[in-house]
Amino acid sequence: MADITNTGANFVPTEARPAPLAVRPGPLTWLKENLFNTWYNALITLIVIWALANWIPALFDWFVTSALWEAAPADACREVAGACWAFVYEKWRFILFGTYPFEQQWRPGAAVILFIGLVVVSCFKPMWNKSLLVIWPVGLVVCWILLSGGILGLDYVPNNLWGGLPITLMLAVIGCLLAFPVSIALALGRRSNMPIIKAFCVGYIELIRGVPLITVLFMASVMFPLFMPEGLTIDKLLRAQVAIIMFAAAYLAEVVRGGLQAIPKGQYEAADSMGLSYWQSMVFIILPQALKITIPPQVNTFIGMFKDTSLVLIVGIFDLMFTMRVAINDLEWRAYYIEGMVFVAILYFLFCYSMSKYSQWLEGELHRGHKRL
Amino acid sequence: MKKLSIAAAAASAIALTVSAMPAQAGEQLDAIVDRDELICGVNTGLAGFGIADSQGVWTGFDVEYCRALALAILGDSSKVSFVPLSSVQRFPALQAGEVDILSRNTTWTLTRDASLGATFAGTWFYDGQGFMVRAEDGIGSLEDMNGASVCVESGTTTELNLADVFAARGIDYEPVLFEALQEVLTAFFEGRCDVYTTDASALAAVRTANAPNPDDYVILPDLISKEPLGPMLRRGDDELYAISRWVLFAALEAEEKGVTSENVDDMLANSTDPTVQRLLGGSGEMGALLGLRNEWAYDIISEFGNYGEMYERNITPLGLPRGLNALWTDGGIQYAPPVR
Amino acid sequence: MTDHVHSGAGLPGPSAPTPKTAPKTNLLYSEKFRAIIYQVVLIAVVIGVGFFLVSNTLANLAARGINSGYGFLGVRAGFDIGEALIEYTNDDTYGRALLVGILNTIKVAIFGIVLATIVGVIMGIARLSSNWLVAKFASFYVEVLRNIPLLLHLFFIYGLLINILPRPRDSWTLLPGVFLSNRGLKYPVMAEDPIWLWIIIAMLAGAVGAYFVARRADRIQAETGQRPRTLLPSLGLIFGAGFAVWLIGGAPTAVNAPELRGFNFQGGQSLSPEFLALLLGLTIYTSAFIAEIVRSGIQAVNYGQTEAAKAVGLNPGNTLRLVVLPQALRVIIPPITSQYLNLTKNSSLAIAIGYPDLVSVGNTALNQSGQAIEIIAIFMTVYLSLSLITSLFMNWYNGRIALTER
Repeated sequence: MADITNTGANFVPTEARPAPLAVRPGPLTWLKENLFNTWYNALITLIVIWALANWIPALFDWFVTSALWEAAPADACREVAGACWAFVYEKWRFILFGTYPFEQQWRPGAAVILFIGLVVVSCFKPMWNKSLLVIWPVGLVVCWILLSGGILGLDYVPNNLWGGLPITLMLAVIGCLLAFPVSIALALGRRSNMPIIKAFCVGYIELIRGVPLITVLFMASVMFPLFMPEGLTIDKLLRAQVAIIMFAAAYLAEVVRGGLQAIPKGQYEAADSMGLSYWQSMVFIILPQALKITIPPQVNTFIGMFKDTSLVLIVGIFDLMFTMRVAINDLEWRAYYIEGMVFVAILYFLFCYSMSKYSQWLEGELHRGHKRL
Repeated sequence: MKKLSIAAAAASAIALTVSAMPAQAGEQLDAIVDRDELICGVNTGLAGFGIADSQGVWTGFDVEYCRALALAILGDSSKVSFVPLSSVQRFPALQAGEVDILSRNTTWTLTRDASLGATFAGTWFYDGQGFMVRAEDGIGSLEDMNGASVCVESGTTTELNLADVFAARGIDYEPVLFEALQEVLTAFFEGRCDVYTTDASALAAVRTANAPNPDDYVILPDLISKEPLGPMLRRGDDELYAISRWVLFAALEAEEKGVTSENVDDMLANSTDPTVQRLLGGSGEMGALLGLRNEWAYDIISEFGNYGEMYERNITPLGLPRGLNALWTDGGIQYAPPVR
Repeated sequence: MTDHVHSGAGLPGPSAPTPKTAPKTNLLYSEKFRAIIYQVVLIAVVIGVGFFLVSNTLANLAARGINSGYGFLGVRAGFDIGEALIEYTNDDTYGRALLVGILNTIKVAIFGIVLATIVGVIMGIARLSSNWLVAKFASFYVEVLRNIPLLLHLFFIYGLLINILPRPRDSWTLLPGVFLSNRGLKYPVMAEDPIWLWIIIAMLAGAVGAYFVARRADRIQAETGQRPRTLLPSLGLIFGAGFAVWLIGGAPTAVNAPELRGFNFQGGQSLSPEFLALLLGLTIYTSAFIAEIVRSGIQAVNYGQTEAAKAVGLNPGNTLRLVVLPQALRVIIPPITSQYLNLTKNSSLAIAIGYPDLVSVGNTALNQSGQAIEIIAIFMTVYLSLSLITSLFMNWYNGRIALTER
């Protein structure tokens, strides 16, 4: 109001702001914007740089410069200040393949490559069709023959000699694979209106998700023999595998349920109006969509299971973690436990990190096709 | 869905090994013969008793017992596969039939004999619970251990003896319990504990084989318990039970009669001692009575020697004197019933 | 979630009977009838399998001479436990031994949840920092740590602790009276005196007072827009009450300090290396997951909110605290709850490094008593209850902070 009555002053335009920089910011500008934009950021940057300057050379020195990089007896390691990678040279075959007969270890090696190959092949979208239903059983049977032998001129190797990476991969991959159909049944059951089926599925899922994997493994290793009829015994490895399947099924079921819930109601109604039965509409309309959008969270569940298989060492199964424990308990090499753990940590990291990157990429990829504006 | 899991289990069961092992008399033995292999539960790695080298070949006193048993039953000491078991895993594994026999320095106690559905074939090694400490700590007796941390394997008689004895003597201590032997050893040798307690024989084995420098460690003379260690079987097969007992006694009897792996052929040919002839199959049908070949004991002795030879090969390198394990004729308590 | 047409009890259904066969097949095609059939089959299967398992189990237990039932809980346990929050000797019962284990589980879970939340929130915010170095460091932390199994973390940390830490006589003195050695962290506590209980009660009363101060401040803020200072009055109430009681109680200052005697420290309190390793492992592993949740929660808050906060003149710290975090919390709470549950369940890995938690003590009890079924049932019941309690609490909290829409 005051402005209106105020007369006399002429409008003076403020000076135009300079045009934005046409060139990309130089490194100095980048530094200024990203590291020193405020006084406290500058302080934090300096502290971090100081810490890194102290730590990185020391770590690099331990890992690389001062480390022993060649096969050598344990005594030679006492001379060096850095890491003793001779430990890994000495033990890598034991860590990867456990007590599998030494001269036959190309077999678990080939099985591991085949396992990884199966998983990698299944990651490509063009492969998501019925061919997977052929590739997987064939691949698994070949893996089995490779590991177990007894035919095709391969020596029979009983499964108590298997160990290391093949066991870890087998428990995780077969665990999730066989849990998958169970999880779909559980998820459908949980969304069913049949009260007893629903109660059963809810009870199963919540019970398993509420207890640690160790208790399920204990149950499989200690209680399961009591459940079986007198005289029937089931192999220790198989019992652990069943426990992992039961455990993974509950977690995957919740993922699948999320996918079912995300399908718009119209899809269900459309299927019904086409005159499809419940199973037809599920198999041809709902599940293909629901499963597709849940692939990224399924991959994440798989990563979790892959890490969790390491718990089987507590019930005495010779997985990758167990072989590492045995390897670092060798009297001569006991001082080099860090090298052993770092080696195994890198293996786990490579598997998990690449899968999680894949899952992130896939999420974007799938989202693109589905996004509705 | 339990239903589906079981279906899945059944499907994979075809691939993995499922074996039926009823426990009627003689059927455990039949199963071993049918399989043409003895499955023997052993320690996860205890020098002198049961340990695998880097090629996976098992050696040790408990292991030789299993080989001798396989030789007696199947006629071939290599027809045995070894399953390493932790102290916690051993009984469930035996009960579930994963192993035919447990030859894994297991203490014979009333509770175990009566309540585990299993039974002991005899005493393969008389032991007692002892203590190992660092030499530099200057511990001479239990009373010096007040305030110490004690490493012990969980699920063992050792754990219970320790608690009883220390409580009775009013010694305050911090128990550090691990499930796996390897964890216990790491913790002790890295200095997490001042004291490591288990059977004296195992202490000797660990000191010789696992200590960075054996001279830095001392085993105290105090023993706080009786630990008769022996092979353990599931109940219900008296034939197998008799064979496992007599494999043990044959080794003892051979030592008592002076039969060794070196002179066994000579003894069989020339000995006039009727006991020796009965033992080695020169006369009588002792093997047939057990359901074995008549030369079963001869085979064992020519391959492994008598009890004393096995002891010398496996246990003596640990620095353990015969002690209680000497024959009754030499001041020990090892004694075999007569072979007749 | 709404359920769909398949409820279908009354619907004619897609496979509506054709006139020809209608009278005969009507029943079979009725979804209601089929639902009953399916459920009857399921019940039959469950009962059948259950009967099979139970009868086998009973036969096996009888054959092995194992007495089933919970009677063993009253029997003398006979073994010792390294650390206990309540009085325990080997003369106590199995029941008490398991209780010691349960309390140890709860102890490590509570400490772990608090620490993992703090580290996780800091790392999550750091990932979004405008400082490039900090953001990269935080993302390195998250990516590396969550892709390595927790068990490996635990082995590594425990191995480092018992290798690097010195023996008690060479222990590191962190603060006067606080010692770190391979026997754990020893720290002094105030000597026992009944007055400490009263001081704690007084401080709790002070905390209740502080709550009312905050309520009053909320009211004043709602009425006038000005928020009175609450920090100092609240702290004053809590500590003032404690201090007053301490003075009334004669101002005891006796300290129970750890002291090296023989092998180990006597007196004071201690945290064992097993506890420290488990706590560190759980904290580090879980914080990596929490950081991711916090990051995506913050990113889920519309950037306009930050701009609006800047426009009204809030500084970056207040923007985060007053505008962004409260909204992000609504997205964060549900997934963070499941991380808390995971942490509690993961604490069962204690058995691998010898910390006497429920599973570890239970495993010993199982081996000494042979009561496998009962002990595993106890494991499951306890973890289910802990999960339930945590979920209930977090749901209550979630309900409190949920958006109240008008």
